[in-house]
Amino acid sequence: MSRIAARFGALREQGRKALIPYITAGDPQPDVTVPLMHALVEAGADLLELGVPFSDPMADGPVIQAACERALKHHVSLTQVLGMVRRFRETDDQTPVVLMGYLNPIEVMGYAKFASAAHDAGVDGVLTVDLPPEEAHELVDSLKASQLDPIFLAAPTSDDERLRRMAECGSGFLYYVSFKGVTGANRLDIKSVQQKLAQIRANTNLPVGVGFGISDAESAAQVAEFADAVVVGSALVKRIAALANRPEDIAGQAPAIIAEMRRAMDDVAVTAVR
Amino acid sequence: MVMQAKHAAESVSLKDLPDANGHFGPYGGRFVAETLMGPLEELRLAYQKYAKDPDFQAELDADLARFVGRPSPLYHAERWSRKLGGAQIYLKREDLNHTGAHKINNTVGQALLARRMGKKRVIAETGAGQHGVATATVAARFGMECVVYMGAEDIQRQAINVYRMRLLGARVVAVESGSKTLKDALNEAMRDWVTNVDDTFYIIGTVAGPHPYPAMVRDFQAVIGREARAQILEQAGRLPDALIACVGGGSNAIGLFYPFLEDSDVAMYGVEGGGEGVETGRHAAPLCAGSPGVLHGNRTYLMEDRDGQIIETHSVSAGLDYPGVGPEHAWLKDSGRARYVAVTDSQALEAFHELTRTEGIMPALESSHALAYASQLAPTMDKDQIVVINLSGRGDKDIHTVAALEGIEV
Ligand SMILES: Cc1ncc(COP(=O)(O)O)c(C=O)c1O
Repeated sequence: MSRIAARFGALREQGRKALIPYITAGDPQPDVTVPLMHALVEAGADLLELGVPFSDPMADGPVIQAACERALKHHVSLTQVLGMVRRFRETDDQTPVVLMGYLNPIEVMGYAKFASAAHDAGVDGVLTVDLPPEEAHELVDSLKASQLDPIFLAAPTSDDERLRRMAECGSGFLYYVSFKGVTGANRLDIKSVQQKLAQIRANTNLPVGVGFGISDAESAAQVAEFADAVVVGSALVKRIAALANRPEDIAGQAPAIIAEMRRAMDDVAVTAVR
Repeated sequence: MVMQAKHAAESVSLKDLPDANGHFGPYGGRFVAETLMGPLEELRLAYQKYAKDPDFQAELDADLARFVGRPSPLYHAERWSRKLGGAQIYLKREDLNHTGAHKINNTVGQALLARRMGKKRVIAETGAGQHGVATATVAARFGMECVVYMGAEDIQRQAINVYRMRLLGARVVAVESGSKTLKDALNEAMRDWVTNVDDTFYIIGTVAGPHPYPAMVRDFQAVIGREARAQILEQAGRLPDALIACVGGGSNAIGLFYPFLEDSDVAMYGVEGGGEGVETGRHAAPLCAGSPGVLHGNRTYLMEDRDGQIIETHSVSAGLDYPGVGPEHAWLKDSGRARYVAVTDSQALEAFHELTRTEGIMPALESSHALAYASQLAPTMDKDQIVVINLSGRGDKDIHTVAALEGIEV
């Protein structure tokens, strides 16, 4: 069983929901990332989403665009990101790590080479923002051959047929983008997310994570009531940005928001179990 | 002599591309965030329907005739041909279109489609500002809200077009991310579209982007080649030996080339922005010096580094300053049907002056790249051979750039 499936299985037994923080690898500088990953796990993260910086992050809002630019000032490459995962794995072989990014760095490395390097580094899943299932066959084959979970994004505009297709080629979990827009926008509408989740669940048995626009403990807890996982990106990256001039404080201070979300989500879970 | 390989067997299938999923061989496709997949399919279906709808076509033809001013003339540049001492050069005068470039052929088509689809708001990206002006123009004509994204860098060097767009009622948004040029404007327009997809139509300005844009924009621009083909047959009694067009994203080039794809004796040359010289790395020539990758919704040749990051381009002409190129050109290059070359900033500037002085036609700096290549090619050809150049736009927008380069204050 993959680390991702194992983690979701264990959480289900405990009646808890997964908390998945997103950070951009190498933001604001490369040596921050591995200690920050460990600190996020300590603060209550169940899975980690590690962004691969890209020069043209079309689906991201200003916060993550700026994170990519900070990382790229240090020329953080896909190869270096894999090195970070390898170092993280030296002391944590339990927490699943999902790479999130755009296709081109993977395309340039080569699908098969990337998949085996990612597997060797200890990566568990790969989420490629600009790769819909229609274009994904080859990469999916390479990922599966290296026991990596291809993770797809579902959107408010995805119909049943598309949802089924994602369920077929994806594994690990399905990531639902909570609104039409870019990361970090303030457009979360809990009711419509809840309705769409019912439609998604009718088309897949995969765990469903919800991301985009979850900015505080309250929204995390609300989403955790009906989703299997809550993904937090811009809200965390904003804290990192605020500490960009004091990189030595990032691992100590930025994860506080994750700890708050963790508490709020677990309170909900406890109430639900009762 | 111009040497031409025969491509008859291939060109039959070339014209039928893209396939149902928008692929030109390994290029093209639809590489976008999931949110846009539904809307792109909706657009494809609408386009497919109206492309065959006689009402729609009649409306488009009427606007092209009475609003754009088509057909544009095909002009025999006799003095310049004589000076170069080789092939006879004909200029397809897209510079005479309303708003001064070929861009309007496409914006009229997409705006009519937007209207049929019930969209009240249009957005666009622009580099030189020509596509932005052409979009703002049709938005004014149809009473649509219009937002144009433009790199902060380009806003500086194309101030006149920025003001034109504002006069036309468009909101011009400065894009401060990345390299602050056309590619970043395209990113930002995509972000707007993903956010406002219900009521917004994204009018892409070139044959790039996700399927169906490369095919749709090509079809709207193919009027250039259809007219040119009929005009040269009428004026010279035969097909040309070579076609030349500049290539930024590639819309004016494919517009000229497409109707000639099956004419295997007609050579095709796409001219990229060579900037300070392809060997310096400071250029905008992905077909000549780039490698395949995925950007802005399609797979194509890109200017990218070893890590797959997109690198900054350099060209004196803002309209060529783009790190990608339409996927159909990538395929025409690989298949050998068209050839792609680059000319430098200074060669283009020289051609700008040359045409202005010799023919009394002031070309856009983009188009000047095609002219510069013609001045190399034509002298190697016989006097009874024919070259058709797409004069994609007029140079008024560039006179500040030209003056500044020459240290003159206007
Ligand atoms: C006059 C002119 N020619 C050419 C171009 C390049 O675009 P394309 O390669 O799509 O024709 C532009 C773009 O702004 C332009 O304004």
